[in-house]
Amino acid sequence: MARLKSSVRKQREGKALSDEGFLLCADGSVFRGRVMGARARVEAELVFHTGHTGYQEMLTDPSYCKQILCFTAPQIGNQGVHPDDWESSRAWAEGLLIRDLCDAQFHWRYHESLESFCKTQNIAALVGADTRRLVNKLRIEGAQTALLCTDGSSVEQVRKSWKSQMQMQGLSLVKEVSTKKSYRWTMGSFPLLDPHWKTGASNLKRCVVLDFGVKRQILRYLIDAGFEELWVLPCSSSYEEVLALRPDAMVLSNGPGDPSAEPDLVELIESFIGLFPVLGICFGHQLLAQALGQKTYKLKYGHRAANHPVWDTRRQRAAMSSQNHGFAAEAFGDPKMAELIHLNDQSLAGFVDADRQVAGFQFHPEASPGPLDWRDIFYEFREGSLWKNS
Amino acid sequence: MPRRNDLKKILVIGSGPIQIGQACEFDYSGSQALRALQKEGFEVVLVNSNPATIMTDPQMSSRTYIEALVPETLEKVIAKERPDALLPTLGGQVALNLALDLDRMGVLQTYGVQLIGVRLESISLAEDRERFRDLLIRNDLPCLKSRLVRSEQEALQALSEFAFPLILRPNYTLGGAGGGIVYNQQDFVRQMQEALKASPTSEVLIEESIIGWKELEYEVMADSKNQFVVICSIENLDPMGVHTGDSMTVAPAQTLTDKEHQRLREASKKICLAVGIETGGCNIQFALDPLSDRFVVVEMNPRVSRSSALASKATGYPIAKISALLAVGYHLDELKNDITGITSACFEPALDYVVLKIPRFNFEKFSQTQPVLGTQMKSVGEAMALGRTFREAWMRAFHSLETDQPGLELPSDWQASELSLENVRSPRYDRWYLMAELLRSKKAGVQQLQEATGIDPWFLKHLDELISLEGELKTHALSPVLLRKAKTAGLSDEQIAGWCKKTELQIFRLRKQWKIDSELNQVDTCAGEFEAQTPYYYFSYEDFPMESGRAQKPAPLKASTKKDFVVVLGSGPNRIGQGIEFDYCCVKAVQSIRKMGLEAVMINCNPETVSTDYDISNRLYFEPLTAEFVRRVIAEEKKSGRCIGILCQTGGQTALKLSQELKEETLLGTSRDQIDRAEDRDRFYRMLQKLKIKRPPSITVKSIKSLRAAVKKMGFPILLRPSYVLGGRAMHILRSPLEFEALFDSIRRLKKSYWPMIVDRFLEDAIEVDVDCVGDGKRVQIASIMEHIEEAGIHSGDSSCVIPPQSLASSVLKKIENLSISVAKELKLSGFLNLQLAITDSEIFVLEVNPRASRTIPFVCKATGIDWIELAIRAMLGERIDHQLKSIDLKPPSLVSVKQVVFPFLKFPGVDVLLGPEMKSTGEVMAVGSSFEEAFVKGLLSSNHRLSKDGSAFVSVKDSDKPKVVKLCRELKRLGYRIVCTHGTARYLQSKGIVCSGINKVKEGRPHIVDAIINREIQLLVNTTDGIEAISDSFSIRRSALQAGIPYFTNLMAAQAAIFSLQRWIQGGLEVHCLQDFHRIRPNGQRMRSRSTGSPPALSERKALQKLPRRR
Repeated sequence: MARLKSSVRKQREGKALSDEGFLLCADGSVFRGRVMGARARVEAELVFHTGHTGYQEMLTDPSYCKQILCFTAPQIGNQGVHPDDWESSRAWAEGLLIRDLCDAQFHWRYHESLESFCKTQNIAALVGADTRRLVNKLRIEGAQTALLCTDGSSVEQVRKSWKSQMQMQGLSLVKEVSTKKSYRWTMGSFPLLDPHWKTGASNLKRCVVLDFGVKRQILRYLIDAGFEELWVLPCSSSYEEVLALRPDAMVLSNGPGDPSAEPDLVELIESFIGLFPVLGICFGHQLLAQALGQKTYKLKYGHRAANHPVWDTRRQRAAMSSQNHGFAAEAFGDPKMAELIHLNDQSLAGFVDADRQVAGFQFHPEASPGPLDWRDIFYEFREGSLWKNS
Repeated sequence: MPRRNDLKKILVIGSGPIQIGQACEFDYSGSQALRALQKEGFEVVLVNSNPATIMTDPQMSSRTYIEALVPETLEKVIAKERPDALLPTLGGQVALNLALDLDRMGVLQTYGVQLIGVRLESISLAEDRERFRDLLIRNDLPCLKSRLVRSEQEALQALSEFAFPLILRPNYTLGGAGGGIVYNQQDFVRQMQEALKASPTSEVLIEESIIGWKELEYEVMADSKNQFVVICSIENLDPMGVHTGDSMTVAPAQTLTDKEHQRLREASKKICLAVGIETGGCNIQFALDPLSDRFVVVEMNPRVSRSSALASKATGYPIAKISALLAVGYHLDELKNDITGITSACFEPALDYVVLKIPRFNFEKFSQTQPVLGTQMKSVGEAMALGRTFREAWMRAFHSLETDQPGLELPSDWQASELSLENVRSPRYDRWYLMAELLRSKKAGVQQLQEATGIDPWFLKHLDELISLEGELKTHALSPVLLRKAKTAGLSDEQIAGWCKKTELQIFRLRKQWKIDSELNQVDTCAGEFEAQTPYYYFSYEDFPMESGRAQKPAPLKASTKKDFVVVLGSGPNRIGQGIEFDYCCVKAVQSIRKMGLEAVMINCNPETVSTDYDISNRLYFEPLTAEFVRRVIAEEKKSGRCIGILCQTGGQTALKLSQELKEETLLGTSRDQIDRAEDRDRFYRMLQKLKIKRPPSITVKSIKSLRAAVKKMGFPILLRPSYVLGGRAMHILRSPLEFEALFDSIRRLKKSYWPMIVDRFLEDAIEVDVDCVGDGKRVQIASIMEHIEEAGIHSGDSSCVIPPQSLASSVLKKIENLSISVAKELKLSGFLNLQLAITDSEIFVLEVNPRASRTIPFVCKATGIDWIELAIRAMLGERIDHQLKSIDLKPPSLVSVKQVVFPFLKFPGVDVLLGPEMKSTGEVMAVGSSFEEAFVKGLLSSNHRLSKDGSAFVSVKDSDKPKVVKLCRELKRLGYRIVCTHGTARYLQSKGIVCSGINKVKEGRPHIVDAIINREIQLLVNTTDGIEAISDSFSIRRSALQAGIPYFTNLMAAQAAIFSLQRWIQGGLEVHCLQDFHRIRPNGQRMRSRSTGSPPALSERKALQKLPRRR
């Protein structure tokens, strides 16, 4: 962690901190903004998300560990923050860049302002940054490591001293975000539209989730889908520890970092294939694909959006998906498998292997934030219909 | 399944004349769809009665019928053209209803026409409130809680299910009599008793009140594979209770969390599936409780709508085009997103900016009605603005409105007494200005405003911040930081200058000095995620503009080449007096410029128009039409090309005014000085004097003090008007001192900007004539002479007119031509010129000269079959008219064309329908016939007159019209009408030997004429009147005729034209004419033009172009 405490030092010396902070890119370009939240110096991967809503969910999604998040939607913070909308117990994004903040403190679920959330959660944030041109830059040059500086130092000072050290490629982050102890989850989702799913009959009762940085909405939907017992296990769990729970099904969660940097996890996952149905989501999907023999690669600037169309070869139709990934798995090209294709760049968006009862989805069927078009996957996974129409 | 190959010929129905609630957004969607269908190789037949639309341009479809949108006409077109399919989803409710009618009449079945784009079942499901409600309940979707009760006891029992406030709606009462909103139990009992009494069936609907709830709209697309996308969520700034067309709206929705948004998205998806939306766009409205998680579905429209035009412009997603392609068999996944060229059309646009839509009202023209908004739409137009933040977009929207004040300043004619919280409680159309003033004067805070109005504080907070910023600018010295803050908040140089006591130019220079400038942004549907190909831009200020460092700013003008370009200025938001006609001119101008091998740069801020479609011009800038923003565009453009000039003649008065402000730019066409000669009253009079051309005598009056003397000197009748007017605002014809005195007070209250006023001698019974000509600086060509049906004194925009003139002798026509040419030559006309003349027995008077394309040019183009706009544009760009005319056949058209208009009176309760010098119509129709009578009666059908073959005609005319009415009554009798008159008129007619019966005036006791109208005993009404008392006495007659939908005529000339045309209709066999046939227009080409179009200009043209910059 590159959080330097120079701000504290400065304050002690009695100097007023500059209201302005900046983002320094590797090529020397600078994006300035008003400081909001933590006074710090943060080095992380710079990524952007094009969704209109869901800043609370994203900031608390463990997949954003070691990332500086730039929202393209310009008005952020409009509804404040409410713990019910969090995807984990804390914020994970290291930094935040937004174009504008207007806090009316009015929304009926308003609990805390985004500004105060950033302070308490130690997120270094800039308001008023030229996010449009920043995104253009990322689109052209690709995701990159950058330095976000809100501690009051000047660009010149920092430029001299900073040498980019971090690289997302090859970086293993799962251990940072995974739970340390296993726990049982019991809560379903907040009702959006009544009625909830009518869960069908199934033999699958007990499900384990390997936590690589799991989002709560995945857990909630698994409960909604009818699992009676849901266990969340640390990523360090052994083969025996998992089997000791006698699971009927397994879910591999989303998570941060480079999936190719986790050979041990891939090996572990491989050993479960065939024992019970396995569902991989995002990072979990990438590990699962590796366990099935595929390679993963880094995308230029990733897919982070709530509007990406995914083509379902099984149903011959497309639907919107919520996406958040910087890496992707290579397509199988296996005629026995049903593949899902990202309609914009034809990359692999998912696969269903009915024979071995394993399925991986590169996008987020749990959405949160994003469209709920793929929510039924949880239900189909438990009920078994996922394997039938492929 | 991709494109359907079983369809060859498709019939598309337009939406007819522009009306409040159904405006040029349907020209935009229709045109976009027509282009898509033509590109796909379909033969397209179009029926639309509105000649001012681009969609009726003969190049837009294979077969164009400018005909009445009634089932009978449609049947004739279908019989003649035998289309394979009918696509009715692009012409608003009019087209949907016609499709239902044609189906009901069996026409579709008889001729084997398939309905595409929508299922009949879906239309009726969405339209029928009961069925829609059932559908919602079946699908577990929330709708308004309500319960029907039949007694007080039942009502009290039902009360436990509800929370206050409640709405009581007695069944079967007119206008909601006996009902209302109830806030407590005590009131409930009392009002319930009244409501039960008021209902003839003793039935009262108790409904929960959602007044004050948030109102949201979702624009969605769905196809037959159940692929579903949300194009845009739109949030109303005003809560429920104000029609969404009258509310400012923001896109995307700003006050919803992700879960709330996804919930509405899911609900939209369910509704689409349940209603059976399979091929295209639809729109769903929701209401959300701001204080809980409750929401209800309000309604849905199974077609493209005003909101989808807005959503298209806001996001860049071509909803109409994609809808049309879905209708002919494609699916969303098979189509590409035009904007990126590589990504799929099956996606939801992401915005990295905020879009504001702001309505434009014309309440000042309808002073007899309350300027309060409700569930009935009242705005006549709208402007849209984009900005990187909400406040910037919002302020830019205000600048786009072109009202007297640039932003939230209080209108200058405001009364201090009106400033109270009480007054913002009711949704007056101007309450935002009032709320701003309450904050400014510290008479209310955000919380009080929220409590009074129910508006979400997120919007009010922005309002408050803007007012604070205004205060800061007024009290602090201007610094770079403060100026940037003001600019990022969207404030204009003009506003800042006013508050800082500086000039606009000083602010402009400070900005240059401090390097505060706006950044160019692209509308790309994807928030920058993919590279965009489409040149659709807006400017916006950044708080912290990117420092280039070693990184390069991405090249901004992707689509630009090094070509020479022309900047075309649009006409801004629609309003009465300046509407779609000018957009037609702009679009045709853009097309002509592009044909000449130049690039066209379009600037406009009206989201309803074709000109703001992303692929009409080479580059489109969505910017307010004020000098500051236009200058910014030109500066950007000049970075990558050479500006040939700015075109200000096609954008109405808006663009013409800008031509005088942008003095540093080359102006195409007639010079600034000559424009000023035509516009400036004194210079214009001197010019007429020089040319020895007559005008009505007039006196210019500087202030109210000298008005009385001037009026006395002139003698009655007079025409009183402000020196600068648009659409005849505040113009009056006064026939007696009594009328003058009655008006005097309201004249005194007029704003300063209305002065000086002009007192004209009014010419009684003069024939009014419109002349349109084009010139190239030397040669002048008369495009057409158009005769008005109504005499001079009725605003030219409100009168019917005909080409060719019907009652003018050729010698008079010759005189008119000579006079027009002499004026045009004197002004060294290059481009367009419109003259309005009045012709009395012996003389020709010039009333007005407009040195620009006129409102009637689109009609003239279609009536003559010549593309006068292209001709004029080429002339302005240096191509001589003589040379152009060689390939054009100037032979007068063989058919008679009539233009008629429609009025918005029905939307404004309490307003008289009488016509005068102030324009009130919103739209026009065109009709073509082999005789004047045929054309005129077809026009009546097109403009929604429900004619009757016989029955009773009510005739009551002013004394001066009495001798003239005899002939008319004889014709009515001959047609088989019975004649009913007020007793005075009856006595007169009887003395002339016409059999008629008398009926009481309203004040003469019952039963009277209004009773007869309501009882449908009258089928046609002729009522001319003058004098204040007579007008007010007969007001209820005209108003009830309007409400009963009876054809009425308040002008004798119009009544004569109508009644003498009726015979032709009764006789039957009215023909439908295809524009391409009677003009012999080739597909994609101008009539008789031998040169191929669309190719780079010939060498001679090129040479002509090179001469351009040397012109003034």
